[in-house]
Amino acid sequence: MAILFYIFAALAVLGGLLMVSLRNPLSGAFSLILSLVSLAGLFAMLNAEFVFILQVLVYAGAIMVLIIFTIMLLNLNKEELEEPPVAWMRLIFTALVCAVAAFGAIRIFGHVEAPKIEMTADFGSIEGVGRLMLSDFLYPFEVISLVLLVAVVGVVLLAKKVI
Amino acid sequence: MGAVTLNHYLYLSAILFFIGAFGVLFRRNLLVMLMSVELMLNAVNLSFVAFARHSAGTMDGHVIAFFVMALAAAEAGIGLAILVMVFRNRTTVQADDLTLMRD
Repeated sequence: MAILFYIFAALAVLGGLLMVSLRNPLSGAFSLILSLVSLAGLFAMLNAEFVFILQVLVYAGAIMVLIIFTIMLLNLNKEELEEPPVAWMRLIFTALVCAVAAFGAIRIFGHVEAPKIEMTADFGSIEGVGRLMLSDFLYPFEVISLVLLVAVVGVVLLAKKVI
Repeated sequence: MGAVTLNHYLYLSAILFFIGAFGVLFRRNLLVMLMSVELMLNAVNLSFVAFARHSAGTMDGHVIAFFVMALAAAEAGIGLAILVMVFRNRTTVQADDLTLMRD
């Protein structure tokens, strides 16, 4: 199991690094899909069946299709993709800030201690999470559907040529 | 290599989160910035699910991960719609070229 974790983790980090470094947004989108699918594998290793399915269907499926579709719709040519030359000072400082912050987060996470917990039989199953979602989390669930409705209406309004 | 513990998942989550943060801060292409935000949201999801696996048999983390995904979907939809509008009006996707509020 450990070897699987390291493979998935390496692929996720590789996908992320490729995404932030590749010039072409389309290549970046495909690298992000690699990252998201490896994360789906990690969710499966954490017994999160429901989140795993959602990750593959919604994230690697729907959201990435939306992004790739938009990239292809914009149909950017060479000049529009042209980025200003790499600002080395900004690159170094941004990388430094992120590295220090990541180091700090890793130090803090190093102190987290996981208790040994026995899993229930339906842990992470669609039925278990579904029950929880429609009982304890009923109000947030309704609010999130409202948020999605507002997003849909907003997108339609934004995409109209004349408002 | 040893057994994989909760801490390993949290380390990976932190690394992915700050790769995404780097993308948002450094890249100037709006599409790539949007995708970096998606990566950050996913890194947070990973810690939620990892914590849920190691907490006393509750699955609250999975539900929160579901909510984060729904929000990410809404964010991607609206972000891309705004991006298409910007491209229609300014024919650019570079954040540095959008200086309407500055000039």
